[in-house]
Amino acid sequence: MSEFTTDETPVVRMVNITKHFPGVLANDQVDLTLHKGEVLALLGENGAGKSTLMNMLVGLYQPDSGEIYVKGSLADIKSPQDSMALGVGMIHQEFMLVGNMSVAENIVLGMKDLPFVPPMIEIRKKITDLSKRYGLQVHPDKIIQDLSVGEQQRVEILKLLYRGADILILDEPTAVLTPGEARDLNEILKKMLAEGKSAIFITHKMDEVMEFSHSVQVLRRGKSVSVCPTKSIKRVQDLANMMVGRDILFSLERGPYSPGEVRVEAQDLTVLPIGGGKPVLDNVSLTIQGGEILGIAGVAGNGQQQLTEALTGLLKVNSGKIFLNGKNMTNKTPLQIIKNGVSHIPADRGRMGVVGDMSVGDNLAMKKYRTNELSVHSVIKRGWVRKFAERLIEAFTIKTPNQDTSVKFLSGGNIQKTILAREIDSCGGILIAVYPSRGLDVGATEAVRQNLIKQRDKGNAVLLVSEELEELLMVADKIAVIFEGRIMDILDAKEATTEKLGMLMAGVEKEGV
Amino acid sequence: MRIRFEKRDYRSKRIAILVPIISLLVSFLLGAIVLGFSHANPLQTYGAMIKGAFGSQMKLQYTLVKAIPLLLCGLSVGIAFRLKFWNIGAEGQYVGGVIGITWVMQFWTFLPEALLLPVGIIVGVLTGALLGGIPGVLKAQWSVDETLTTLMMNYIIIGYAEYLYINAWKAPLGNMGTVPYPKVAWLPKIWGRVHAGIFFALALVVILWFVLYKTRWGFELNMIGKNQRAAQCQGVSIKKNIILAMLLSGAIAGLAGVIDSAAVTHQLTKGVDAGYGFTGIIIAWMSGLNPFVSIIISIIMAALETGTDALQMKLGLPSAMGEVLQGLILIPLLAGNIFIEYRVLFIRSHKELSV
Amino acid sequence: MNMVDFITKLLAATLAMGTSLTYATLGEVYTQKTGILNLGMEGIMLMGALAGFTTAFNTGNLFLAMLMAMFVGGLFSLLHAFLCITMRANQVPAGLAITIFGTGLANFLGERLGPASNNFNLTGMNLPSTFSNIAIPGLSNIPIFGALFNVSILTYGLYILIPFSWFFMYRTKHGMVVRAVGESPKTATALGISVSKIRYLYTTLGGVLAGLGGACLSLSFTPSWNQGMTGGKGWIVIALVIFSTWNPGRVVIGTLIFGGITSLQFSLQAAGLKMVIPSQFLGFSPYLITLIALAGMTIINQKKKGSFASPAALGTSFAIDDK
Repeated sequence: MSEFTTDETPVVRMVNITKHFPGVLANDQVDLTLHKGEVLALLGENGAGKSTLMNMLVGLYQPDSGEIYVKGSLADIKSPQDSMALGVGMIHQEFMLVGNMSVAENIVLGMKDLPFVPPMIEIRKKITDLSKRYGLQVHPDKIIQDLSVGEQQRVEILKLLYRGADILILDEPTAVLTPGEARDLNEILKKMLAEGKSAIFITHKMDEVMEFSHSVQVLRRGKSVSVCPTKSIKRVQDLANMMVGRDILFSLERGPYSPGEVRVEAQDLTVLPIGGGKPVLDNVSLTIQGGEILGIAGVAGNGQQQLTEALTGLLKVNSGKIFLNGKNMTNKTPLQIIKNGVSHIPADRGRMGVVGDMSVGDNLAMKKYRTNELSVHSVIKRGWVRKFAERLIEAFTIKTPNQDTSVKFLSGGNIQKTILAREIDSCGGILIAVYPSRGLDVGATEAVRQNLIKQRDKGNAVLLVSEELEELLMVADKIAVIFEGRIMDILDAKEATTEKLGMLMAGVEKEGV
Repeated sequence: MRIRFEKRDYRSKRIAILVPIISLLVSFLLGAIVLGFSHANPLQTYGAMIKGAFGSQMKLQYTLVKAIPLLLCGLSVGIAFRLKFWNIGAEGQYVGGVIGITWVMQFWTFLPEALLLPVGIIVGVLTGALLGGIPGVLKAQWSVDETLTTLMMNYIIIGYAEYLYINAWKAPLGNMGTVPYPKVAWLPKIWGRVHAGIFFALALVVILWFVLYKTRWGFELNMIGKNQRAAQCQGVSIKKNIILAMLLSGAIAGLAGVIDSAAVTHQLTKGVDAGYGFTGIIIAWMSGLNPFVSIIISIIMAALETGTDALQMKLGLPSAMGEVLQGLILIPLLAGNIFIEYRVLFIRSHKELSV
Repeated sequence: MNMVDFITKLLAATLAMGTSLTYATLGEVYTQKTGILNLGMEGIMLMGALAGFTTAFNTGNLFLAMLMAMFVGGLFSLLHAFLCITMRANQVPAGLAITIFGTGLANFLGERLGPASNNFNLTGMNLPSTFSNIAIPGLSNIPIFGALFNVSILTYGLYILIPFSWFFMYRTKHGMVVRAVGESPKTATALGISVSKIRYLYTTLGGVLAGLGGACLSLSFTPSWNQGMTGGKGWIVIALVIFSTWNPGRVVIGTLIFGGITSLQFSLQAAGLKMVIPSQFLGFSPYLITLIALAGMTIINQKKKGSFASPAALGTSFAIDDK
């Protein structure tokens, strides 16, 4: 990394920033300083307040108290347009692009000084010049929804450059990238730093901090707990401890690996998109035995979702066969598949996992209400449901005022525990978990992982889709890598390394090829 | 000063109960303004309305007679709304029910007289179900927008009914309307004008309450309405349930038509599209889709209609005042729901006062 | 009557009928483009028709009548915007409420704002003047297409408004913002665009156009005041928006087809076809055809992977604090 000088006035200084949300103190008297040419890594767990702090710097939220100085003078940032005028721009974790508009339109969208009829020819030329200068290959006339995730990120960067940003905030920019793409991003960042731009880099990955940043600031539960030059850090473990405030479990208790009979067998699954085009699942075959966790690694959007939806009956396959617990379940309904013993922890908790406006108790009963355990003939026995819910709330330590509270008022971790409780309780041999620890704090993440392993030790087959390689390496017995709808390879978790998986995730067939 | 909403961390039950009550009051207040502007004395008007709706035994009976089809239509719409299926076709399904029973009364003369009414009811209900089922299938199978299909179908069904009573099924005498149903096939009266249809309606309230709140199917409908995707993940068939719910919704609207024609009009004629189906939307929404609450709301709505009928006679005010008040009730109701889950913050620079 | 005459007359009738629909449909396209579904069009159009008629009746000034109709239409859609945006009400019942309230109020006031001599009723009153057709010399004599140049000033207005709306939506920075707000309100917010402001603005504009559409009926097409005189046109508008695929330039296709069918139905009735087809069947045929076209269009659209897709955020409320 290039060097920067600290004797100049810092380009950003946030002083004593405090921000409340209902029931949460998101930022508590946080200070932050960024110098010209510096990359500052903002490290913290989910919910530590990193994004909130940055959203205040770009004017999406207003701080309750505290001051922000940009390039030496007190700044009153009321909207993203104000921050942009000061040269501060942010790339959000979820890309802020309009899918059905062109790259060029997205880049100039909402700019105040644009004429009534934007001169698209000039705009295109300026974009092309910028792309050449920074090596950001993307065609200005392409429509966003036809671009890959990596290309979309380039559009986001171009958007900031076009608007003249020299202070860039990147919120977990590598989460959606293959390791290779992440290195490209690093190159682009270096070019920009060389021109005197500065960057703040939000992440929860320790290795990225070490690789990309000059200094690192750690947030924990809304408070800034440490700021130091990256060079001064001796062990990654120290960073982790600062972030979490206690030792992280780096291994989980698990029984010996003793796989039983095959419970999940997928043969040559192919799914074509509606309206034609490249298959989203391309001849996918895999098997999972009882007492085994198969991890699926891959950059989001490479067919993981379609694979799990096909296995759970939510998506019809165009060809191929699915055997679950020994029965042919190809293109059967979700209900038939559930009755055949499949449990599903879906990717999107709020949208797929729970009914937010129904009570915790009802949500826990959502699989078994149709069985004789909770109802007689067609009539649901309310008393039974109450006892049943009571039992699960205790067994899975779900924190809720009572079982009549609407699920949507629970924290993310407790919502996930509600789903886990329901799915594990009703599990008949197969558990499919999609991004089960996404967005959870360390405690809840551990609980989720421990529960998955417990299911494996009980002899169930577990499919775990995750975007975090550490999680897969820690929890899975085997890891399949998916890329553009194809299974690249299936590795033994003991032999797999981050590098090997990274290559496969980027679509590189075998090492050395 | 700025006003901002902040999410509560619970649902306020107190406010959930208060909102419809306040809405009713607000609508009467706003209605008073409308009346004032059109040179009518609001107090006098409302007084006349209440008298017109409940002032005598006969008026009360008249209001109850109106409340019966309204309640049924409210229940019908409520089932569809539970799934967030915006059925605004109860009006057409209601007319469909009348067409169904009239068909039996006119042409199934081979039936023993005692069977005319029960068979007529069944055929009318099935007609309603069929007409509700069509938009249901279109939505479930191809996601065709249901607000438009149900609405377009209203025009088609009402147009067809008009063709029947003016053309095809017209009684030989007079210039419109079918031959009245045979007297033996009329639904009996139980108290003055009030007819046995009230038993159907009340029984249905109890049955629906039980089905919606106590059974597996009711649980599934609740899941679909509140989060369709999650329901699907739990193995609930969305398509099947949309179609079933719409068949039921149409059947109940059809029943409303069947009962009103068997007990009150005794024929298919002009005015069969009395707007009960549309008022049913308001009833469903105001009752929070709860069948028991629907009873009270449908009586209030019926009173609005009979009350405004009286206005026209007594004060010479347009009967459309009823519609004005109905529309006015919905607006504060819709606006007020936000307070159940949000609290209001009045922000002065940096100080926040919560109310 | 020869064929050319028949077609010319049909086109003229279609234009007269379609003008009202086109204004309202254009309004609804603007509204939906920002993500707000306004099902209150029927009520708003009827209020517009009433406001226009009563103003023209009392002042004799047609342009003031037009402005009044637009103002009242704007006011009603502002109420819809308030319910859906500020109070975050569900947009479907909110629209229904606007329709119920608007039609009720218009019908009520229609019996209160008339002259005392007519028992305060506006029905049956005649306007001192109405928007009549203006023929452009030369052009209006061309067979068939001459009908395009012998229309009221309201229709001429559309000849400018439609191409302008297309240009506005797809070539200007404001149009870009409108599309972004309806497609991805989050993105718009992140770029400092106030989603609420834009939605308020264009929902109101939609009502202004719908009010004008209503006034086209009472000041030019019919011209008179009758209870419920919009007769479901406000609902047809919602369907026509789907046929336009949310493109203001294509609004005219749907309105011409619907207006055409309705006018054809009238001329067929006049031509005595009701001996063969009952008049009630002809009467509901436009709705039947709309229904079939709607279903067909939706099904085709799905097969084609939503190439005529609605704005992605249509019908959803949006607030930055929602997490």
